[in-house]
Amino acid sequence: MGRELHGVEIVDTFAEAFDMRASRVIITAASEGWARTAAVSMTGFATSVIGCKVEAGIEAMLPASDTPDGRPGASVLVFAFNAEGLSTRLVERVGQTVLTCPTTACFDGLPDAPERATVGGVLRHFGDKFQASKVVDGRRYWRVPVMEGEFLVQETFGTQSAIGGGNLLILAKDQAAALAAAEASVDAMRQVRGVILPFPGGIVRAGSKVGAKRYKNMTASTNEAYCPTVRGRLGVASELPETVNSVLEIVIDGVDRQAIEDAMRVGLDAACGPGVVQISAGNYGGKLGKHLFKLHDLLN
Amino acid sequence: MITLTLKEQPSVPLEAEVLSPDVTAELSNAAIRALPVYLGKRQRRVEDFFDVDGASSDQITIKGDASRVKWIGRAMTRGQITVTGNAGMHLGAYMSGGAIDVSGNGSDWVGAEMSGGLIRIGGNAGGQIGAAYRGSNTGMRDGTILVGGGAGLEVGMRMKRGIIAVRGPVRDFAGLQMRGGTIVLGSGAELRTGAWMMRGTIISLRHLPLMPTFLYSATYVPGFLRICSAYLDRLGFTLPCDEQEGAYRRYTGDTSVPGKGEILIWVPRGA
Repeated sequence: MGRELHGVEIVDTFAEAFDMRASRVIITAASEGWARTAAVSMTGFATSVIGCKVEAGIEAMLPASDTPDGRPGASVLVFAFNAEGLSTRLVERVGQTVLTCPTTACFDGLPDAPERATVGGVLRHFGDKFQASKVVDGRRYWRVPVMEGEFLVQETFGTQSAIGGGNLLILAKDQAAALAAAEASVDAMRQVRGVILPFPGGIVRAGSKVGAKRYKNMTASTNEAYCPTVRGRLGVASELPETVNSVLEIVIDGVDRQAIEDAMRVGLDAACGPGVVQISAGNYGGKLGKHLFKLHDLLN
Repeated sequence: MITLTLKEQPSVPLEAEVLSPDVTAELSNAAIRALPVYLGKRQRRVEDFFDVDGASSDQITIKGDASRVKWIGRAMTRGQITVTGNAGMHLGAYMSGGAIDVSGNGSDWVGAEMSGGLIRIGGNAGGQIGAAYRGSNTGMRDGTILVGGGAGLEVGMRMKRGIIAVRGPVRDFAGLQMRGGTIVLGSGAELRTGAWMMRGTIISLRHLPLMPTFLYSATYVPGFLRICSAYLDRLGFTLPCDEQEGAYRRYTGDTSVPGKGEILIWVPRGA
């Protein structure tokens, strides 16, 4: 049975999320602009582990006072299915997008995590034996000579258990209302630390189901139950009320359950705007993921 | 807390490696008083030289002029030693953890071959800080030594890792045969700095007379210095790294070895 928030029905359902591994990467640069440029580059094409092998996003921009080297920075969260995959993706992405970006340095944002992924210890080979390491306060950094000067990167980055796939579905009477609500929700969620919204602008319009009904090789395909344009077709068990003509989803990855709950709670509240008919969530009946986020619990 | 008050300065050096938190942590007052020390070749008891207050603690305070008391904190792994006064040779040698704070002067071989922990000397120190003992290949392997005043010969000789920062002037052969780590010279050094160094970094905030076997590389502010600066700043030692204020001239060497070390000399903007 639905409950209401700001006049919007909150469906009695839950978001189903999965275990993942996460790292936090701190990128610093000579200016906030260059730190952001590197972070945006690093988190590009990282919307879904299904197609990108990794999910990543900017957790927050950091003032100089909050970074290891006292320069402006960005905190990036990177999620993968396992530690091995995460380690590989970190090396690829830091190597191709941060090492190459002017003035940047790259630091571990999970210094207390006992499980480590070797990143700088691999990227150092770009230095072709002209590189040098430095241990400061028990942490090893690599100085890789580049044409601009030196690229400084920490040898290892912490990895920790995390949760991917928290989500909200915003069901609205039209596209404009859905987009406005989703944007408001994203703005609210981005104030919460420990989470990222990996899709473009934090919003996904192409929510998927596992596999496909008609193409055997597809690992994911469109979630027709929430597609308004196929409502009424044979074989479609639509979940949409008559008045709903557009649906947007916000996917949330977090370093722990609390972070995702906090983000979903503020996002839910912000999403209940004009033209929104229902807020729901995507799940697989609780059979696939062990982390269930009940929307009604968030209201409490 | 254990407080040891020196009754009078010994006539010859007193070897007192038992003055270590690892030794005193579990001992009663009587047991601490009975610990053996060596006055020359003669074995004596701690209580022959110190008034002992407290027991069973890894926090030790030594009061008085202990400039003839050797090996304080030898091989310590934890706890804190505070010396209100001077300390003798080999202070914190072989230590791997904990902290030593000396308000007065240190002597030679401070932190020799240490592998962790923190030593702070408020005044001057002697030579061979963090160095390798004669016949040994490797000096300091990790940890931090801060000296508020000046220091003597062969600072950081054969050190491999860790940081030595000396606020005052340093004598000849700083970083001799250095193999890694970082030496910060707040007021420069005398001759042959970095001689035969293989790796590592010597940072000088004042002009240095360089050997001809060090070759100029570039003028810039290395990124790792910001990390060093943040670390040293927490310990009360300032390392400039603001590009608006200046930059470091980097020299590589010692090419006579040939080595891959570096000497960074701070040049204020406009100088």
